Parts: sequence; C-alpha cells; structure tokens
Amino acid sequence: MSTINLDRGLIAGADGGTTTAPAKAPLNYLNCESTVASWLLTLDHKRIGLLYLVGITAMFILGGTFASLIRFELLTPKGDVLSGDSYNKTFTAHGVVMIFLFLIPSIPAVLGNFLLPIMIGTKDVAFPRLNLMSFYLYVGGGIFLSLALLFGGVDTGWTFYTPLSSSYANGNVMAAALGVFIIGFSSILTGLNFIVTIHRMRAPGMTWFRMPLFVWAMYATSLVQVLGTPVVAITVSLLGFERILGVGIFDPRLGGDPILFQHMFWFYSHPAVYIMIIPSLGVASELVTTFSRKGIFGYEIIACSSIAIAIFGFIVWAHHMFTSGISPYAAMVFSFLTFSVAIPSGIKVFSWLATMFKGSISYASPMMFFFGFIGLFTIGGMTGLFLSTLGTDIHLHDTYFVVAHFHYIMVGGAIMGYMGGMHYWWPKITGKMYSELWSKVSAALIFVGFNFTFFPQFFLGYLGMPRRYHEYPEELQVLNVLSTVGASVLALGYILPLLYLPGSLFFGAKAPKNPWGASTLEWTECESPPHPHNFESNPPIPDHVYDYSQLSKEAVRVSH
Amino acid sequence: MVNSMFASEFQLFPTQASSVAPAVDLLTLFILAVNVGITVLVMVLLVVFAILFRRKSESDLPKAIHGNVPLEIFWTAIPSVVCLVMFFWGVKVWSEIVVAPRDATEIYVVGRQWMWKLQHPGGQREINSLHIPVGSTFKMIVTAEDVIHSFSIPDFRVKVDAVPGRYSQMWFTATKPGKYHLYCTEFCGTEHSRMIGWVHVMEREDYSRWLNEQAEGGDGLQGRKLFTKLQCITCHSDANKAPLLEEIFRKEREIGFMDGKPVAPGTRVLAAESYLRESIRYPNAKIHRGFSYPSIMPVYDRDLVSEEELLQLITYIRSLKQGDTPARTEETPSPQPTAGGEKTFAAPGSGNK
Repeated sequence: MSTINLDRGLIAGADGGTTTAPAKAPLNYLNCESTVASWLLTLDHKRIGLLYLVGITAMFILGGTFASLIRFELLTPKGDVLSGDSYNKTFTAHGVVMIFLFLIPSIPAVLGNFLLPIMIGTKDVAFPRLNLMSFYLYVGGGIFLSLALLFGGVDTGWTFYTPLSSSYANGNVMAAALGVFIIGFSSILTGLNFIVTIHRMRAPGMTWFRMPLFVWAMYATSLVQVLGTPVVAITVSLLGFERILGVGIFDPRLGGDPILFQHMFWFYSHPAVYIMIIPSLGVASELVTTFSRKGIFGYEIIACSSIAIAIFGFIVWAHHMFTSGISPYAAMVFSFLTFSVAIPSGIKVFSWLATMFKGSISYASPMMFFFGFIGLFTIGGMTGLFLSTLGTDIHLHDTYFVVAHFHYIMVGGAIMGYMGGMHYWWPKITGKMYSELWSKVSAALIFVGFNFTFFPQFFLGYLGMPRRYHEYPEELQVLNVLSTVGASVLALGYILPLLYLPGSLFFGAKAPKNPWGASTLEWTECESPPHPHNFESNPPIPDHVYDYSQLSKEAVRVSH
Repeated sequence: MVNSMFASEFQLFPTQASSVAPAVDLLTLFILAVNVGITVLVMVLLVVFAILFRRKSESDLPKAIHGNVPLEIFWTAIPSVVCLVMFFWGVKVWSEIVVAPRDATEIYVVGRQWMWKLQHPGGQREINSLHIPVGSTFKMIVTAEDVIHSFSIPDFRVKVDAVPGRYSQMWFTATKPGKYHLYCTEFCGTEHSRMIGWVHVMEREDYSRWLNEQAEGGDGLQGRKLFTKLQCITCHSDANKAPLLEEIFRKEREIGFMDGKPVAPGTRVLAAESYLRESIRYPNAKIHRGFSYPSIMPVYDRDLVSEEELLQLITYIRSLKQGDTPARTEETPSPQPTAGGEKTFAAPGSGNK
C-alpha cells in the first residue's frame, strides 16, 4: 500500500495505476489511499502541499481576526474596545501570525510543494521525509507560537525591538521567540529541499532556461530562506541569552547595543519580505502568459530579475533604520542600494504588460486576480520610493504611510498573487471547477475593499499618525473610519473563497486536464488531479516553456 | 496667548511649520508626480490591452514576442535615471534635516515609558510639551531612559530615535506660531500612544514672558545640587585628584588611558555630551592624561544617577566658568577606588561619537 509513496526509483510504468484503480475514477493522488495515516504521514509532495494549505488557511483566519479587532478599535480616536495592553498584543499577534505562519509559508509551502516537482517533470522533491518534517516543524512551531500569542500574549510588535523585548516586556516573549526559531527551521528545510530538487531532479531535457518562471521564483525564494533564516534564529537565540541569562548583548544597561539587534533582525526580515513577494511575482508570470495565450516577454530577464531581487534583498536592510542614528554614510549607501531593488521589479511589470500586448486575453477569474495584483503591486512598489529617499523617509518613518506601503506589497501583492495562484491551480489540485461568478465577485471585492482600507493610510501617514497607536488625535478619525469600512469589504472578499472553493469539492464540475489552455507540464502532461507519481513516464520537454502552438485545439478549448 | 489650531479640524496634508518642511514637501511632490505618472501609465496600458486584445475566438493563437532590446534598455534606463535623481535630491534634503546649524540653542530631551522630559538651557523643565519662539533655531539632544522611543513633530517634518545609551540630534526652526503634535513614533510598550504632547510655537514676546514664569534657578541649579550631593565636588575641586571641570565643555581633552590601556601622547577626545556621559557612567573608559588607571571615581550607574539627572549634571558642567567650582566642604568623605568589574567597560555605542 505504501509503495506508491515510498517508491522513489524510476518513474513507474502506466500499469502501476490502471490495474488497481476502479474503472470510473482513474487513480490519482487523492484517491490512491484514504486512511488518516496516509495523509498525516504522507511523503507525497502534493499531499504535504494540501496539509500546508489547511494549516496556513487556519492561520490566515486567525491573523485576519486580529486584523479585524485592530480596525474595529481604530474606528474611534479613544481606546474603547480593547485596553492599551490588549491592543498591543493584538497587533503583535496579527503581525507575527500573518508573517511567520501565513505569508512566508503560503505560496512556497502550498503551491511550491505541489507544483515544483511537477513543473520540472519529476516525481517528488529530493528529500520527501525532510519535506514531511518541515511540515511538522511548522505545525509544532505554529501551535507553540499561537498559544503564546493567545494565552498571555506578547506586546513587543513582530519586530521584537530591544531593549523593550529583552528587559521590559512582560509577555511570553521567549515562547514566541522559540516558536519563530522552530518555524525558521521549517522554512530553511523547505528552501534546502527545493534548491536540491531544482539542481538534481529536473527531468531529462529540462534545462535551466526551460523551467517555468514559477520555478525560478521558487529557486530565488529558497536561496533567501536558506541564507537569511539562520540569522533570525541566531538573533532570537541571543535575545534569549539576554532575557533569561542576563548576558549583555542588546540592552545598554548590561553593556549591549540596541541598534545591533535592529541590524541583525532586519538582515533577515528585509529579505523575508522577498520570501513573501517573489513567489507571487512567479505566479503572476504564469498567469499573464497563460491567460494571454502568448509566450512571455523577456523570459530570461524575468528569471534573472527574480534572482537579482533575492540578492539585492540582502543588502538593503538598514533602510529600516534611517532615524535610529546609523552613520550618515551608511544611510546614503543603503538608500542608494534600495533604489536598485526598484529596477528589476519595474522590469517585471513592464514585461508582463508587453506579454499582454497583442495577446489573446481571457477574463477567467485567475486573470482578474492578476489584474488586481498588478494594480496593487505597482502602487505598493511606487510608494516605496518615498521611503527609500532619505529626505522624505525621515518624516514618514514609523507612520501609517509605512503601514500602507507594506500592506500594498504584502496583501495587495503577495496575497493577491496567492489568490490568483490558488484559483489558477485549484482545478489541478482538486480536480474540480469552482464558480466563476463568485470568484470574480471575490476578486472585485478584494480589490475595492483593499484600496479603501489602505489608501487613506497614506494620508494618515503623511499627516504623521504613528504606527501601533491605540488612540489617536480626533482630527484623524475620518480617514480611520474610511479604512475600517474598507476592511469590512476586504474581509467579505476573503470570506467568499473560504465558502465557494471548498464548496466546489462537492458541487463543482469535474475539471478537465487543461482547462486554461496552459503550456506547462502540470497541465499538458498531468491529469487533474495528478497521478500519485505525477507522470506515468518521463514527460517530453518542449524547447520553449510557453509555446502555445504545440497545444492541440482540444487542449486549448476552455471547458467551463 | 497661542493661536491654537482646532484639534478636530479635518485636514489631508500637514501644516508646513518649520524651515525644512517646504523642501521635504517639494521632494514629496516630485516623487508623487513620478508615482502618479508611472502608475497611471501601467493602469492605462493594462486596461487598454485587456480590452483591445481580449480573446475573440477560442482558436486565437497570438505569436510570442520574446524580447525587444531597445525597449528593454529604455524601461531599465529611464527608471534608473529617475531613481538617481530621487536619490541625490533625497540626500540633499536629508542633509538639511540632519546637519544642525552651529548657532542652535540646545534643548535636552529624555524619553521614558511613557513621557517626554525636556530641559531648556536656562534650566526650565517641561513634560510632554515644548515651548519655543518662532524663528529661532533649536537643536534637540535626545536620549532615552529605558527603551527606544522616537521624537517626532510631523508638522516640522523631523524625527529622531531616542536610543538608551546614546545622544541623537535633531534640529528645527519653527516658522509659524501655533500648536503642533509631538509624538513618540517608536513602539515603546503599553502606553505608547499616550506618549504624546504639544509643541507650542510662540511669538517672541510671549516666549520671553513664558521663560520668566518658568525659570527655576537657571544655570543648571539642579545639576549644581547633584554635583555636591553625589560628591563629585570631593575630587573635582582639587586638580591633583581629578581634572577640574571649568570651561572644558566642547573642548579637546588629552587622555592617558582608554579601556584600561595606555594611549599615545597627544590622543584627544572632544568633551561633548557623549564623552561626559561615558565618563560618569563608566569612569574607566577614558582617563585624562596625568591620572592613573583604574580611576578613583566611583561608577555612577542608573541606580545612582538617572538619565535626566545626568543631563542636569552636564548642563551644570557646561555652565562652569573659570573659578566657579565651589570649595569642597570638609564633611564629605573621600570615595574608594573601584577596580575591575563588568561595569567599568565602555558601553558599545556610547563611545566614539
């Protein structure tokens, strides 16, 4: 029974599946085994991807609940719903859950796990057992972290700045830090697994420049995960030495330097922003070519720009510290380097537009999410210029302008990309089509609700409203009310997919093999849902990954 | 007295109330223009392409365009040039914000959970409010007692972090009388959002009247009391035991030992706030030439001298003129030397500034 999952030799012949499955439903990774253990102890990358999907969805709901509480509190200038302490614990929990438990694992662990081996024509990741271990580290760390945040709480903000976190805060700082430490290993192991898989497991004929751009994005992301995450593990360990043992590292009263913590923290946490956004950029590249049915413009440049963003991401961290008293020369260098990240991001957006030019653009719902993504990511990226420019950052630093900017990137960019990817690959993952109407309604609500929530915050920030304020001056109420109203619409936009996507499992039409007319292997060579071994033999690899002329008329027909 | 703005008045942009605010706003407008230009271009192309090139038939099979070198050079080069302009313009505006004019009046600021304590050169002290005259230049010397805070006046477009163990600087010249928000912008714990106050920019006559009402001794009276109470006076009145502190402020001082090691003759440090603070907190970090290591001076840690008291002492030291040092009274006992111990090391970050 377990040979299906454990066998990691050459790809099994076609007979492996057809003889055992009932005639009606062909053998696939969902119906091959159905015991609880076959799910919880699976070594199949596709099933592990689904396990992650359950985990991160739960975390998204938790993080979203905290966000709702924050926006509800900010409806009025006075603190009336939550006490100051509860408010601080709520925004800390919101940040920690959304970043460490949702955004960082979202696309890589769910879509990356599911798709990366299929896209490069192989059977599984390089280390399936390690992959399962990554998942349980995530679950263990996630439960630990959630309990620490819910029972007792942490009031340091997700940034854990010292000496507040090391010597002053009373909450479960060490428990939360330990949770972050454990989850970090999940992230490192997933990254390591992907890097080895991409280097060693590509199917015969799958050269580097024949890989889909999503795989390039996963490669860039994995590099950051492997190189950056150990630094945050070191940082929280040092925090532990100081808080528990009283070793002076960050607290000036013990002879430490609080700015050192900021350097170490941002050395990881700035690249972590790219762990969150690069995968979405990869998804966007897949969406735009498929739904324009046209080869991507500037394939090599887009592939290399993902790597460039990952590398530049490591040398811009001190732009979070322009007001904290770093040397003027350092500030200038980091401002300059920060601008260098803008260029590859811009190149991507222009290349996507060039791909749409003279294409055959479908309005299927994943493309709707792509349209939303481009709009929000562009605004998010462009408003970053105010913050990389030294003269304007001093005024805007630590205000709601920054909050608006990074939500445009993290929610507008990363989550919109994740939603687009989920809607694009859902038929492949589950074998079912969801409601086109409801998914378009959801995309529209998210786009409108998002802008209403976060656009007013640019003005709040320029007016000087500081971040992490439980109470605020009365004249800022109008903009805050707008923001809260927008957040309600946004929440509705996110609740809809939680209903119609699971609903499609029961009521959805059966998904054809290639409903979108896409050109990558998961659509052209894999059934929906895929065979437990992905392919029944080594798939043929086309010369150009996005070559739609090879598709038969039948495959091109959109079935819904 | 003060023309105050109505607190509940709705506005979309902050008041320009300092000399640097117009420069910051002009740069903001430039970046905004670039933002709007590029964002509108992207949106228009997106919508136009989406409509113009919508799928007309399921058998559409457009031809791929793999690249276009001139176009790609164009959309790499133009944003790069625009970014370079922003960078240099940003550095220019920023250097105006951070480099204080030499003639600025200095005000000491200490942030602590959860209030701002300010001290004027004449010894006047305020909590969560700052009174200044319009048109004069002030330099804030900012530190923190406990955790990191950030001193922010949005209508002046300036901000600096208050970091424990360091003195940061920030300057401004208010250009418009009125009442402006003062915020803490670095999250500092439970009452972070109540660590706020007002900056009152007053006409000169109003300001002089206010100063006279507030004066409580002047010339660092508090510092002078501390100088006796903490027994600094015991040694710093006798040049054989310790350096006299008259007219040393912002002067170069020659040192003999640094971190316990002898240094080359002629090594000098500037006796500014950071050096004085370090010498009080960690007497062995730098020792004046002609005195032995370890220092006979006790370590004045936070339990003995708060950050606020430290600034009062500095105010007193900077006011000391030739012959001002009071005579030592006989009942004060001599302090014992302190040798070794972790606290004698210099605090990283407090040195070489």
